[in-house]
Amino acid sequence: MAIASETGKGRHQPPFLLFLLKTGKTLVTIAVTMLGLLFVTFFIGRVMPVDPVLSIVGERATKEIYEAAYLSLGLDKPLIVQFFYYLRDILQGDFGTSLRTGFPVSGDIIRVFPATLELASLGTLIGIVIGVPLGVVAAVKRGTWIDQVARVIALIGYSMPIFWLGLIGLLVFYGILGWVGGPGRLDIYYEDIVPTVTGMILLDSALDGNWVIFRNAFTHIILPASLLGYYSLAYISRMTRSFMLEQLNAEYVITARVKGLSEREVIWKHVFSNIKVQLITVIALSYAGLLEGSVLTEIIFAWPGIGSYITTSLLSADMNAVMGGTVVVGLVFVCLNIFSDLLYRFFDPRAK
Amino acid sequence: MSISDTPNQGWRAWLLTDTPSSRRHARLSALYRGWLSFSENPMTMIGLGILLVLIFVAALVPWLAPHDPFAQDLAARLQPPGSENYLLGSDGLGRDILSRLMYGSRITLYIVTLVTIIAPIAGLLVGTVAGYAGGWADVVLMRLTDIFLAFPRLVLALAFVAALGAGIENAVLAISLTAWPPYARIARAETLTIRNSDFIHAVRLQGAGPMRIIVKHIWPLCVSSLVVRVTLDMAGIILAAAGLGFLGLGAQPPSPEWGAMISEGRTYILDHWWVATMPGLAIFIVSLAFNLLGDGLRDVLDPKEGSN
Repeated sequence: MAIASETGKGRHQPPFLLFLLKTGKTLVTIAVTMLGLLFVTFFIGRVMPVDPVLSIVGERATKEIYEAAYLSLGLDKPLIVQFFYYLRDILQGDFGTSLRTGFPVSGDIIRVFPATLELASLGTLIGIVIGVPLGVVAAVKRGTWIDQVARVIALIGYSMPIFWLGLIGLLVFYGILGWVGGPGRLDIYYEDIVPTVTGMILLDSALDGNWVIFRNAFTHIILPASLLGYYSLAYISRMTRSFMLEQLNAEYVITARVKGLSEREVIWKHVFSNIKVQLITVIALSYAGLLEGSVLTEIIFAWPGIGSYITTSLLSADMNAVMGGTVVVGLVFVCLNIFSDLLYRFFDPRAK
Repeated sequence: MSISDTPNQGWRAWLLTDTPSSRRHARLSALYRGWLSFSENPMTMIGLGILLVLIFVAALVPWLAPHDPFAQDLAARLQPPGSENYLLGSDGLGRDILSRLMYGSRITLYIVTLVTIIAPIAGLLVGTVAGYAGGWADVVLMRLTDIFLAFPRLVLALAFVAALGAGIENAVLAISLTAWPPYARIARAETLTIRNSDFIHAVRLQGAGPMRIIVKHIWPLCVSSLVVRVTLDMAGIILAAAGLGFLGLGAQPPSPEWGAMISEGRTYILDHWWVATMPGLAIFIVSLAFNLLGDGLRDVLDPKEGSN
């Protein structure tokens, strides 16, 4: 692949062919990464446990059940053949059956994933809305007290055990002040009222026009989402600041000022436009980070998302569910990475 | 040392000289200059101070702790902070929280030390070999790195601990497994820039083999950028270890690991806030200290990456 694209560059091939080559290269990279991801999960789930059969059938299984499970896992076959079986199952969307819930893992994941998505999306939104302006202001007013405050806010965000902050948040805002709803996505008497369309309760209740439930869901989600938002705010504001500083030193900024543009126009129209692409990458990365960072937050807030699902399955030694969840989170993570990479190439003229 | 009559001025002048008289002199001088710019930043010094206190406490904890961290006293359970005998209060089994925190500092340092030894060395090996060998080895090793980099860290650590079983050592392994890829990337990038430099060619002409070149000439030059990254990562390692402990996958009770202590205190959070709050504060302060130190180190060792 590498050789083909290099010779292609030298001979000035038509842009369409170049595009095809690049796309092909990207696709191969994606495929290899995904394959590796699946192999690692396979290794963790099937090879590393001392006895993978025991972790599936449990210790009290009879000899017949044990033998049947042994054969159905294909453990009598060579490792590489086992891996192909595993791949084949996953490509068909079959992650096996969860020991704990008794349902197919894929169905479980489809059920719990929207909850995580809802939480992470709102968190990222909070992170962007506060983090980007904070970073811009910190860069423009570099060295002033605002910059220092922004730095401290980010440092605290990086250093905070987020699950602990969640506990303290629950104590203060739910236990003492009573401003927000407690753990869970809804108060118990509101559950299962709105029909499930997207699985995200805020959206579902809005679609249904049921604003009482919308408000209730909002009081439940706002605290965990703010915590995740704080975490992503720390990252986004720091990155925004350093991108802005890089641009502010450029000569076109002086030109713009000499032209007599107002400071606001210089900063938001010229400088900020130039960091948009980099910023999108950072936001995509932080979004991916929140999808996994929500594991602990979900536990604290009894949020029925994929993090809770993986952890509870893990504690009941339900390896099928753990592996399925890990693969899905990993795939989403990889996809977001690739997506941000593509965006970067698409929007940044220099990358062409 | 005896250049001047006032010894203080003397060794400073000796260290700050522009014309070092020996290799060791030059090295000491560079170290001292680094220390000077490092110690200028008050935030960094605060971080360093906190960590020194932590190490001091961890080293001398049997003499410092007011109570046995495992001694239960059900008559004195859930004493609030500031009560007699219990400076930071007592937990649900009447154990002194301060003593448990002090003993827990040993576990935290143990985990951080092990991970910061294992992960950078693994990354250094992979990265320098990939960078120096090039070709297929490079492609394969870097693909492997990308795969691990693509994995969500905490989830991978969770799955890993689930397969191996809970415990401190497995938590260390799991965190190391997720922490090495960035080091490999850094080490490879450094190797690529060093590999074709003149002094490496000179060494090769003298007959040095690849092993010797990598170990003696490439590794030392990778160290400073790795050290910066390690210090900045330490806070993340502490948080990851605490997270695993909190989920019951790291250190097991009754071990006074800070994350596990938060998990124990979770039951009492609404009525007895201090049980979960104190260990959380400890985690926060220590990881903040590592972040402050890392920022300062970056400014000294890696000026081009620095924030100002």
